Amino acid sequence: MTKAAPRRGPAGPEPRGAAARSDAPGTPDPATTDPPPPPGPDRAAVPDPPPAGLGRVRPGRPLAIATAALVVAVAVGVSVGPADLSLTTVAEALLVRLPWHPALSVPPIDVAIVWQIRLPRVILGALVGAMLAGGGAAYQGVFRNPLADPYLLGVAAGAGLGATLIIVGGGSTGLLPAAAFTGAAGAVAITYALGSGTGRGGDLAGIGGSTASIVLAGVAVAALLTAIQEYLQQQHTQELQQIYTWILGSLSLASWSDIALILPYIVVAAGLLLAHRRLLDVLRVGEAEAGGLGVNVARLRLTVVAAATLGTAAAVAVTGLIGFIGIIVPHTIRLTSGASYRIVLPVSMVGGAAFLVLADVAARTVQAPAEVPLTVITATIGAPFFLFVLRSRRTRRDLS
Amino acid sequence: MISLENVRVRYGMAVALDDVTERAADGEWLCVIGPNGAGKTTLLQAVARQVRHDGRIEVCGQPTAGMSRRKLARLVAYVPQRPQLPPDMTVGDYVLLGRTPHIGYLRVETDADRQISAELIDRLALSALAGRELRTLSGGELQRLVLARALAQQAPVLVLDEPTSALDLGRRVDALELVDAARQERSLTVLSAVHDLTLAGQFADRLLLLDGGRVAASGPPPDVLRDDVLRPHFGPGVEVLTTGRGDRAVISRRPPRGAAPPRPPG
Repeated sequence: MTKAAPRRGPAGPEPRGAAARSDAPGTPDPATTDPPPPPGPDRAAVPDPPPAGLGRVRPGRPLAIATAALVVAVAVGVSVGPADLSLTTVAEALLVRLPWHPALSVPPIDVAIVWQIRLPRVILGALVGAMLAGGGAAYQGVFRNPLADPYLLGVAAGAGLGATLIIVGGGSTGLLPAAAFTGAAGAVAITYALGSGTGRGGDLAGIGGSTASIVLAGVAVAALLTAIQEYLQQQHTQELQQIYTWILGSLSLASWSDIALILPYIVVAAGLLLAHRRLLDVLRVGEAEAGGLGVNVARLRLTVVAAATLGTAAAVAVTGLIGFIGIIVPHTIRLTSGASYRIVLPVSMVGGAAFLVLADVAARTVQAPAEVPLTVITATIGAPFFLFVLRSRRTRRDLS
Repeated sequence: MISLENVRVRYGMAVALDDVTERAADGEWLCVIGPNGAGKTTLLQAVARQVRHDGRIEVCGQPTAGMSRRKLARLVAYVPQRPQLPPDMTVGDYVLLGRTPHIGYLRVETDADRQISAELIDRLALSALAGRELRTLSGGELQRLVLARALAQQAPVLVLDEPTSALDLGRRVDALELVDAARQERSLTVLSAVHDLTLAGQFADRLLLLDGGRVAASGPPPDVLRDDVLRPHFGPGVEVLTTGRGDRAVISRRPPRGAAPPRPPG
C-alpha cells in the first residue's frame, strides 16, 4: 500500500493531463466548454500541439440521455391507458407476440390492447416527434433562423387545406393522409419556386435567391392557403369539429398501417438530414462564406428543404398539425448540449420522439376518457419547460 | 497567379468596378488601396466570385467563371472583411471548416484534415484556445483564427479583405507578418485590401490604387506612395514621409488654420 503510493505519484500528472486534453476537445458539452477556462493557467497547462479541440464532435452523452428518455417514454406510453392493465400484464402481452416467447397465458383482449392500440400509437408518436423535431432543426440550420420550424414554408397550411377539402367534400377519411400530404408538399413547392427565383442574383456565392425571399414567400403562401381553408371551414360549420380535431393533431387513430405508410418517408428524410449535418455546420458561417468554402449552397438548401418537407408532410398527413415540437426540442438541445448540427440533429430526433410520446400520454390521460388535442399538450408542457431551460442557461451565460 | 482582364462589376445602375486589368504573379503580394468606396472589396469579391462580374478572371491559369464552387475554394481562400463567427462554435471546429473544399459531399473530416488543422492551430499560437468557444476570444485571437481557417484550405491564392481592421497598431503588423510568413512558407499569392497605406507599403510587392472603381495607379510601393499620386484620391492633406530607414509613412495633415475649408466629399 505504502509502496504503491510513491510509485503512482510521478505517473500521476501524465494521465491527468491526457484526460483533460481528451475531455476538452470540441465536445460542446455544458460541463466542459462553459464556463471557459481562465486564459492564463490554461495556456501554461497545454504546452504542445495536441490536436485539442479537434476531436470529433460526437453527440455521445446527450444522445444517451435522449435515448434513455425515449426508452422511458415508450415504456410509459405502452403501460398507461384507459384499460387498467397491470405492468406485468403489459409486459406479458408484449412478450407473447414475440418469437420464442415463454409460455404465458395472457387474455387475448389485453394482447390486442397492447399490440393494436397502444404500441402503434407509441411508435407513430415517436416517428412523428422525431421527424418534426429533426425537421425543425434542419430548417433552422438551412435558413439560419432560430424561429424556423418545419411549418415555415407552408407545410401546415397546405396540409390543412388538403384535409379540409376532403372533409368538406365528403371524401372518405382514408383519403385524408394523401390529401394532406399533397397539400403540404405542394405548398412548399410553390413557396420554393416563387421565393428562390427572386432576391439577389444567381451566381452570387452560388446561392440562387436569398433565404429571406423564400421565407417571405412561405409567409404569403401560408396566408393564402390558410385563408382558403378558413373560408371553406366557415362555410361548412357542421364539419367544424372534425376539421378542428384534425388540425389540432391527434394520435388516437394510430394503426400499424399508418406506420407502414409514413415509415419510408421518415426514414429517407431523417437519413438525408443526418447526412447533411456537417454541411449544416459549415452553413453556420453564413451562405456567402459557405460558398467561399466550396459549398454549393443552393443545392444544399434545396436538398435539405425537400427532405424535411417530405418527412414533415408524411408525418402531419397521418397525425394532423402537431405544433411547437419543431421549435422547442432543437433549441432545448442547443441550449443544453451544443450548437453543432452533429449534435442537434440526431439528439433532436431522439428527444423529439420521447417528447411526443410523453405528450401523447398526457393527451389521453389528463381528461380521460376524452382526449386533449396534442398541440395543446405540446405547448402547455413544452413552453414552461423551454422557458426554464432558456432562463437557466441565460443566467449561466451572463455570469460566465 | 491571379489575372484580371477588363473586369467590371455593377450593382444595379452603380458601377463599382470599371474595366480593371491587373495581374499578380505567383508568390506576389498585391495590395489594393484606395479611398472608401473605391471598389477594393468589390475587386476581392469578384476574384472570390462573391459578386457577379463581367470580364475575365483567371486564377492559376484557369478562368473562374463556370468553375465549381469546390474547385474555386481549392484555389482561392477568401476572408471577408467581417467574417461571421458563430459565437458557440469552438476554435478547433472553426479551423476545420477550412477543410470543407477537400471533404466530399456528405463525408466527414478525416484524420488528415484534423492533422492539418491542428498544425495550423499550433502555427498560429491558438493551441491553448482550441477547445474554447469563439465568443471568448479577443480581436487579435479571432484574426489569427480566421487566417488559420483560410490557410487550412491549402489554396495557392489567399484573398484577404482588410485583415487588420480590428487590431491595434502592434497587432496589425503581427497579423500581416503571419500572412507574410505563410506566403513565404507556402509560396502563396496574396491579394489583400488594406486601408493603412503605411502598412500596405511595407508588406506589398505591388500596390494597386483604385478610385471610383477604376485603376488610378499601380506599381511597386515607392512608385505609388508619392504625394502627387495619392493626393488626388485621398485629399490634399496627405503627405508621404520617408523614415530614416527608408520606410514610407503616409500621414494625413489637417489643413493649416485659416486655410480654405476642405472640399466637401464627392
